[in-house]
Amino acid sequence: MPDMSAIVNPQQRQFNPYAENGGTILAIAGADFTVIAGDTRQSEGYSIQTRYAPKVFHLTDRAVLAVNGFAADGNMFVKKVKQRLEWYRHAHAKDMPLRAIARLIQTMLYAQRFFPYYVYNILGGIEEDGTGAVYSFDPVGSYEREACRAAGAAQSLVQPFLDNQIYFKNQTPAQGSSHPAHLPLPDVLSIVIDSFTSATERHIEVGDGLEMYIVLAKGRTLPDAVTTLRPQELPSSAGDGERVFVLKRDLKKD
Amino acid sequence: MTSIGTGYDLSASTYSPDGRIFQVEYANKAVDNSGTAIGLRVKDGVVLAVEKLVHSKLLVPGANRRIQTVDRHIGLASSGLLADGRHLANRARDEAANFRDNYREPAPLKALADRLGLYVQAYTLYSSVRPFGCSAILGSIDKDGPSIYVIEPSGVFYGYHGAAVGKGRQLAKTELEKLKLSELTTREAVFEAARIIHLVHDDAKEKEFELEMSWIGDETNGRHVPVPQDLFEEADRKAKEALENFE
Amino acid sequence: MDHFPTNWGRPKYDGFDTNATYPFHDHGHNQSAAFAGATQHTQQPIVTGTSVLAIKYKDGIMMAADNLASYGSLARFKGVQRLHPIGDYTVVGASGDMSDFQYLQHVLDGLVISEEINAQDGHTLGPAEIHEYLSQVMYSRRSKMNPLWNSLLVGGVKDGQRFLAYVDLLGVTYFASTLATGYGAYIAQPLLRKAVEGRENTLTEPEARGILEEALRVLFYRDARSINQYQIATITANGVDISGSLKLETAWGFAEGIRGYGSQTQ
Repeated sequence: MPDMSAIVNPQQRQFNPYAENGGTILAIAGADFTVIAGDTRQSEGYSIQTRYAPKVFHLTDRAVLAVNGFAADGNMFVKKVKQRLEWYRHAHAKDMPLRAIARLIQTMLYAQRFFPYYVYNILGGIEEDGTGAVYSFDPVGSYEREACRAAGAAQSLVQPFLDNQIYFKNQTPAQGSSHPAHLPLPDVLSIVIDSFTSATERHIEVGDGLEMYIVLAKGRTLPDAVTTLRPQELPSSAGDGERVFVLKRDLKKD
Repeated sequence: MTSIGTGYDLSASTYSPDGRIFQVEYANKAVDNSGTAIGLRVKDGVVLAVEKLVHSKLLVPGANRRIQTVDRHIGLASSGLLADGRHLANRARDEAANFRDNYREPAPLKALADRLGLYVQAYTLYSSVRPFGCSAILGSIDKDGPSIYVIEPSGVFYGYHGAAVGKGRQLAKTELEKLKLSELTTREAVFEAARIIHLVHDDAKEKEFELEMSWIGDETNGRHVPVPQDLFEEADRKAKEALENFE
Repeated sequence: MDHFPTNWGRPKYDGFDTNATYPFHDHGHNQSAAFAGATQHTQQPIVTGTSVLAIKYKDGIMMAADNLASYGSLARFKGVQRLHPIGDYTVVGASGDMSDFQYLQHVLDGLVISEEINAQDGHTLGPAEIHEYLSQVMYSRRSKMNPLWNSLLVGGVKDGQRFLAYVDLLGVTYFASTLATGYGAYIAQPLLRKAVEGRENTLTEPEARGILEEALRVLFYRDARSINQYQIATITANGVDISGSLKLETAWGFAEGIRGYGSQTQ
C-alpha cells in the first residue's frame, strides 16, 4: 500500500493562544503634567466586540498605565501590576515612584520572555522631581523614557503626527526663534483629540470612545481652557500631592 | 472502667490486657462532659439541637456555633471538643463535595456517615494521634428520606430515630423515647427539641447556655438551615414555660 | 490492525475535506508516535453548540440559545440545554465544546456549593463574581495551552444591578448591552444592537423576547449548525427563569422562487 501520508498535506492545527484586539493608546508628557489616552473600542477582525473596554488604568496618585494588544493578557497584566503596587504600599507605606513602576513593569514583562504578554504598555505620570514622564515598553520589556509615544493599531498613523507636533520634526523655527521644549496642557489635549479623531477616520479598529487621563504635578492646577471641558477628578490618597483627572469624549462609532 | 490505666492508656495503639483502648474511652469522657446535643428524625424531616454552654459572658451571642452545615442537605451537631467537631465537619464537607464530584448527586447520609466513621476510626489506630474528642450527630433528608446518624470517638456509627450525646444524654434519651417520633412533623419536633434541651440543662451546676437549633424538612426545601427566628423564639419561650410547669 | 478508520487512508487526494468530516478529518498519520509519553491537550472542539445571544432589557437580562449539539456537520444531540443557572442570580450560556461546558458547569456548581457551605457568611456569588472566576479559569487554561474550547456569556441581576459579559477560550472578556457568540456575532449582533442600544432601560420583557426570537430565526435560516428549538433564560430581581424547549416558527415559501432550490430545473 502506498504511503498515503505523503499525498495528504500535513496539516497542523495548533491552538493559537493570542488574539489582536485593536485600539490605540497614546501618552504625552508636559513639563509638569502628563496626558495618557486610549480609545475604548475592543475588536477582533472585523467585529466590534464592545464599544467600551477601558485600556487606560489609574495605578497610583501619580501613575497611569495604558495597555494595548491582546486584551486578555492586558487585563491580566494590569491586575498583576496593581497587585504588586498594593504589596509595595503595604510594605513601605507609600506609593511606588514612577521610575520604579517602570522598572517593575520591565521585570514583569521580561519574566514572560518565552510566553510573552502580547501587550504594548505606555506608562505615564509624574516623576519624583515633579516632571511629566512617559515610559513605553515592548511586549518583552524593553523600555525607555520619552516625551511622547503612540502604540497599537494606529501607531503608524499617530506617531508621525506626534513626531511632527511634539518633537517638531520636519519643522524649521522662524528666524531668531526656537521650538518650545514642552507644550502647555490645552495644546497637548488638542493634539491628543486630533490624533484620535484622525485615527478613527482612517483605522477601522479605532473609535467609539476616548478616555484621556491627565496627571498634574504637585501644586499645579488645570488651566481654564481645560476646566471648561469639565474633567472628572479622581480621588487621591493624599490631598496635597499629584492629581489625576479623566476626560471622556465620544468618537465616531462606524 | 478502671480509673488508672496502669500504662495501657498512653497510646491509642495499645490495648489493655482485657482488650480495651483507654484513649478512646477517655475521648468519650470529653464528650460526656460537654453540653448536650440531640437529633430527632421525624415523619418529614430532621431537627438538631444543642445546649451550648457559654463559658464567658464576654462572648458574642451566637459565637462558636456547634451546629454546622456539611452540604446543602446535611447538618452536623457536635458534642465534646468544639475544635475536633469543626475539623470533623470540614472533613465531612470534603467528603460530601467529593461525592458530588464523583457521582453528580448529593451524598446519601449513610455514605457520608460511613466515610466519616472510617476517618474517625483511623485516629484510634496510631500512637502518633489522639482519637476525636467529640461525637457528631449527622442529620439529613436524602433520596431515602430523613435520617440521623451518630458517630462516636471509636469510629462506630449508628442510625437513630432519636439521638442524644453529651452531659444530659440519659435524660434526653428518656424524653425522646416518650415521643412518637415517626408521627411528629418537623415543626412539632422543633418544640420538642427545645423543650428537651431546656429540661436537661442543669441550672445548678452550669451557668449560662445558648440554645441552638437547625432543621431540615419540606418547609426548608430539603436544606439544612437554622430554625427561623420567630419559630425559634416561640419554641424557646414554650420550652421555658413547660419547664416552670414541670417543676 | 489499525482500528482508527481515519488512519486507513483515502481513495483520493483530500487536502480539502470534501465530505465535511471535520472535526475528525485528517487525523494524524503517525498517531502512535503522538501518543507516546505525551499528554494530550484539547486541540479542537468535538461536540459543539452554536451561537448564544443575550441582551439587557428593562427588568434584567435575557439570554437565548438553541438546543443543538453538533458533531462536525452532524446534528448529533437535539435536546441539549446550553443555558445553565449558577446560584440564584446568574445564567451562563455556552457555545463551543459541550464536554468542556459540562466540565465548567460542574466546576461552577461545586464552587457555589462550597462558597455557600464552607463560608456560611451570608455572602453569595453574583454574576460579576462568577464571570471573574470563569475568566480566570479560561485564561489559566489557555496559558497552559490546554484551553476549554468555549465562548461563554454570563448574565445576571444582583442587588439591583444588571450584568452581562463575555469570556472565551483565550480568556478575552468584554461587557456590552448586547452580546452574541459564534455566528451570532456576525449575524445576530448587528440586529441586536439596532434593536437594543439606547433602549436598555425601556424594553419590556415581551419586546426583548421578540428581539431574541427574531435573531434566532435569522440564525436558523443562515447558520447550518443551528436548529429551530431553543430556550430563553430571563434573569430579573425575581430570580432566574429558564424556559422549556420552544419551537421557532419559520416560513420557507420563498425558497420556491430560488433557482436550484425550488421545483424549477433551469
